[in-house]
Amino acid sequence: MSGKLKIKGDPNDSIRGFLRHLLESGKIDGVFALGKTGKGLNYLLVTDKEKVDELYPLFPFMPENAANLLSRLTFSGPLPGKIAVVIKPCELRAFVELVKREQASRDNLVFISPVCGGVLDFVQYKNDALEKSVPGYMKSFAKRENAENIRPTCRACEYFIPINADITVIPAEEACEFYLNTDKAGEITKGAPGDLSDGELDEAAFEPLMGSRKAEKEKLFEELKLEDYGIKGLVEVFGKCLGCHGCMSVCPICYCALCAFESKDNEFTPPVFESELTKRGGLRVPPNTIFYHLGRITHMGISCVGCGMCSDVCPVDIPVSSIFLRSGDAVQKVFDYLPGKDIEEPVPLSTFIEDELTEVED
Amino acid sequence: MATDKNNDFTPNIIGFLCNWCTYTGADLAGTSRLQYPPSILPIRVMCSSRVDPLFLISSILRGADAVLVGGCHPGDCHYQKGNYYTRRRFALLKKVFDTFGLESDRIRLSWISASEGPRFAQVVTEYTGKIKELGPNKYAEEVFL
Ligand code: SF4
Ligand code: SF4
Ligand code: SF4
Ligand code: FES
Repeated sequence: MSGKLKIKGDPNDSIRGFLRHLLESGKIDGVFALGKTGKGLNYLLVTDKEKVDELYPLFPFMPENAANLLSRLTFSGPLPGKIAVVIKPCELRAFVELVKREQASRDNLVFISPVCGGVLDFVQYKNDALEKSVPGYMKSFAKRENAENIRPTCRACEYFIPINADITVIPAEEACEFYLNTDKAGEITKGAPGDLSDGELDEAAFEPLMGSRKAEKEKLFEELKLEDYGIKGLVEVFGKCLGCHGCMSVCPICYCALCAFESKDNEFTPPVFESELTKRGGLRVPPNTIFYHLGRITHMGISCVGCGMCSDVCPVDIPVSSIFLRSGDAVQKVFDYLPGKDIEEPVPLSTFIEDELTEVED
Repeated sequence: MATDKNNDFTPNIIGFLCNWCTYTGADLAGTSRLQYPPSILPIRVMCSSRVDPLFLISSILRGADAVLVGGCHPGDCHYQKGNYYTRRRFALLKKVFDTFGLESDRIRLSWISASEGPRFAQVVTEYTGKIKELGPNKYAEEVFL
């Protein structure tokens, strides 16, 4: 299926009209999207078409990676009705990873995702400056350039064109384009307001943005200089870590109900303290900070989508997501794996090829 | 070239050895009275795939000079497929070490069958020599783990 629907209005207005129509016509039973709650923006699940007015589905912000929330909603089974889900491309990729890991169900969900100019960072949110930043953001996006004040990993994100979306939206000031990628999308859009025509998303039009994203990624990796870390660099960077585990709790891929790093198994017992102190003569309390970060990378780095949540919640501004994007990228390359690309492709650690990787064994 | 100081140094190598192959191979090396350095601390696991990468990270952070994971040759795992998963996890961990500039030579994956007592002795001897050259693991001095 392919086709294009053009709807007049700014991004949020145009998509609201579209979603309202879908609810009215009974083609869907609910909408999952960003909405305003007081001074905040949060994900809402609404079934009443009047409530659609409270939604800001294309607002360039991510209060939580939606894959986390969708997993909580669908973990024990699909939702009863058909739900239109409006999320960013990296949230959709993280969701696909969770489906592969049997933590979520894709049934009954219709995915609508924008070509993504990135999301404004938490500094803007904390200062109530989101609204003020939007016009500048839209201007940059219209020029297919990186905007100010977006997350560092967004500046470096090459996967801003959604993969696996039923409908891809190009947000614009005056009128938004909705590209219908699947039969499901064609089905529900029948009779929708706006101009329906033939047409496919012209990815080449986003070359300028892709160019700056690639350049920014290279620059980010170069500036990080992860390969120079060694023990000293790890202590330098994570020496500030409070051990709050915020980065883990907001990570969409970290779904374990009992995280290894929160288990009593990893607490030092008195004899362990004694033996460590005999060796070192001193110990930071609590221990296991570097263990936590290196361990988390080995556990979930293969599926890291570089969404940037972990950096944004870090109270001491450790560039967690940049470090994870860089190291995730390295381990993903070992298995030629792009998280969230193909829902049928198994996660590399749950499969193998008999004849491979001979360079690491002997 | 190993320095004099390194000659005095006997590395601490933690061995996570699969019960069905490498652990039995180690036993055979012992009963055959083969000589090898007293550097390895064997920990028996039921399959090499029981070894979570966290075991290796923890060993290195806690000051072990090296970690050897020993399992059955590909195709010979007692549970058919365990060691193929081990190899993938190990490749990933090695990449993590390399990416962060950590010494990935301090972790090693060797396939040693139950009948390969001599190979076990040879792997331990050779690896011990290599770790001697690398010197002691500096992480044993860090206050921040
Ligand atoms: S990481 Fe990419 S897809 Fe995700 S919010 Fe940023 S730009 Fe959009
Ligand atoms: S590690 Fe950070 S950047 Fe990667 S998926 Fe998790 S929250 Fe997003
Ligand atoms: S959010 Fe920051 S301070 Fe908290 S555990 Fe993660 S890196 Fe450490
Ligand atoms: S039983 Fe030896 S590697 Fe699995």
